[in-house]
Amino acid sequence: MTRLLHPTRRGLLLAGGAGVLTAALPGYVGAQAAPIKVGFQLHRTGIGASYGRWYERTAQAALKVINDGGGINGRPVEILFEDDATDPKRGAEVVDKLTQSDGCDLVMGTLFSHVVIGSAPRAGELKVPYLVCSEGYHVASGMLNRWTLQPGITDVRSQISAMAPWVSANLGKKVTMIFPDFAFGHDHRDFFTAAMQAQGGEVIAQIAIPPTETSFTRYFPQIPAETEVLYHVMVGPAVLTFVKELGEFYGSGAKPQIFGFIDSLEAVDTATPGLEFLEGTHFWEAHNRVKPADAGEHEAAYRTAVGVDDNGASVSDAADIATYSHMFSTWETLFAIKAGMEASGYAGPADRQKFVEAMEAMTDLPYGIERPQGAKVFNGKTHQVFGTQNISQVQGGKLVRVHQTSLADGAYEDAVDYTTMSF
Amino acid sequence: MAFGPFLLLALMEGLVTSAVLALAAAGLSLVFGVMRVVNVAHGEFYMLGAVLAWAVSAVVPGPPAVAFVLALIIAPFLVAAFAAAADGLILKRLNYDPEATIVATIGLLYMIQQATLSLYGPNANPVQAPFEWRIQLPWFGYSGYKLFVVVAACLVLVALWSFLSRTKAGLIMRATQIDRTTARAFGINVDRVYMGTFALGAGLAALAGVLIVPIQQAHYLMGGDPLLLSFIVVIIGGLGSLRGTLVAALFIGLSDGVISMFFTPTLAKILATLLVAMVLVFRPQGLFGAKA
Repeated sequence: MTRLLHPTRRGLLLAGGAGVLTAALPGYVGAQAAPIKVGFQLHRTGIGASYGRWYERTAQAALKVINDGGGINGRPVEILFEDDATDPKRGAEVVDKLTQSDGCDLVMGTLFSHVVIGSAPRAGELKVPYLVCSEGYHVASGMLNRWTLQPGITDVRSQISAMAPWVSANLGKKVTMIFPDFAFGHDHRDFFTAAMQAQGGEVIAQIAIPPTETSFTRYFPQIPAETEVLYHVMVGPAVLTFVKELGEFYGSGAKPQIFGFIDSLEAVDTATPGLEFLEGTHFWEAHNRVKPADAGEHEAAYRTAVGVDDNGASVSDAADIATYSHMFSTWETLFAIKAGMEASGYAGPADRQKFVEAMEAMTDLPYGIERPQGAKVFNGKTHQVFGTQNISQVQGGKLVRVHQTSLADGAYEDAVDYTTMSF
Repeated sequence: MAFGPFLLLALMEGLVTSAVLALAAAGLSLVFGVMRVVNVAHGEFYMLGAVLAWAVSAVVPGPPAVAFVLALIIAPFLVAAFAAAADGLILKRLNYDPEATIVATIGLLYMIQQATLSLYGPNANPVQAPFEWRIQLPWFGYSGYKLFVVVAACLVLVALWSFLSRTKAGLIMRATQIDRTTARAFGINVDRVYMGTFALGAGLAALAGVLIVPIQQAHYLMGGDPLLLSFIVVIIGGLGSLRGTLVAALFIGLSDGVISMFFTPTLAKILATLLVAMVLVFRPQGLFGAKA
């Protein structure tokens, strides 16, 4: 008792020290369990809104799988979504806000190529990893910077290189192209034209349409009569109008073979009235909207997690069609972030450079729940991932896979080595 | 495609553009002519018409034609009522001061657009046409509904014309347009005329929106499309002159169709804008406008 009432100097110091440690403990534990913040630059509004809606759902589903599995490096993960209105200027501001104000560890998720090209320089200045889900060739072309990577979706150049041999062998040699008049469409124009030439085919007309256009009939008379294959790719809120007017234009008369990128019909039901003319035509798909009979073992789990039925529509609303050939990229990118952070022992923004270096060291990415679209190979030099592609035919109003390419079909020479660039 | 059919398609597309433009621009011209208000939010009334048509088609069961006819009645009426309220709450309180009303209608534009974004969402939603009928010509197919739009627009414009020239309400509107003060001295309730005119202009824009939505889709940003061309039409035709507006709409619509098709749509816009500049320099009152 006397000791308690008359504490020694040493006892007081010990007790005080223990008190300080106890007080500091929650802070220490908190620092360990503080969530990793992933900033998501989302096309919630503007011309990319239908993609944004599904990108958000898919990313949320992947986030849940990751957090249920213990998060990343023992820390939970959270995603901060910020709308960029599918606008390049706003895009750069969003990168800024997510990084500087919200303290995100990295930024991901951008789709539209003009927004990527408008935002990536800011990410480079802020030295924040910027992981895009865009398809554009702008990453692998060397146009951007060391902080920008595309680990979740194959680029347009590779997709097209893989498609062209099949198109020229099965549909025809004389091609007319219709594409949106901005970076993404220009990738299609340049690389498909070159790829057809390599196959002994020829692109006889190139019809560029502004991505904000709402009326399309006026462009169709430019399609030369000798066209054997009509190649179309369109984006924006008016894609349904585009395809409908194409159907009206050809009507019941003679029409060429039609090969489209599914972008022209993402988030649109192929059985919509007015689209009957698409029966028998072909589409590129990265990830088959209608579940193929021989789908991989993780396909069902992926669809359930995101909330998509076997026809590629939302389970809660059959009229809400997914952007199925693009949205898997957010899922796969999030799992690539997990792998990169674990490989680099990522602890905080100071490790951002280590994270990029760990990403660059990635190569084989096997098929699994992390990559429901299929196995991929990541090229650390060009910061670009490569996977297989599919060609589907509309049969009975539904997209049915008729061909799958191999990784080798889409290979091309590296145009850049980002690893030699400074951070 | 041979020259003949090519030109035919260009003219058909141009006629559709003209028809929609004439409806939208007639409302704009009327509002300016009678009220001297430059309504920058006019395109948003057009968008509201399209979005309301979608809403009606989503709620009304049965064949699409029934929902479409209902939308043709309900959407312009609701938009007109909304415009009347906006007139009473905003424009009237600014005493229809030309500069203040421009700023106010810019504000109105953003309020309507963002409110639509919040309530309706960012997606483009299709509305089924009242009938699916395709004309198959030897060279190309064409949507029968588009031709219906041209006919419908003509009917509405004839009705508008006879309303202005044959009815007492039209007479009162024209009297107010010519001289507001004298009209008031003759016991005309100018405030009511203004409110009615603003509602009528908005209703016409909404009607154009309902007619266009089966061709395009209802989207919260679509109000910007007709706005520039409507202003071009109204300036070329002469602000406040309905006849000038119709002639200019026909001219701009057809030339837009032909130039877009034989050259590029961008060139069509460039030339139309250049024409406006020329008209403003050499004939500021417009082709059919009275000298101020």
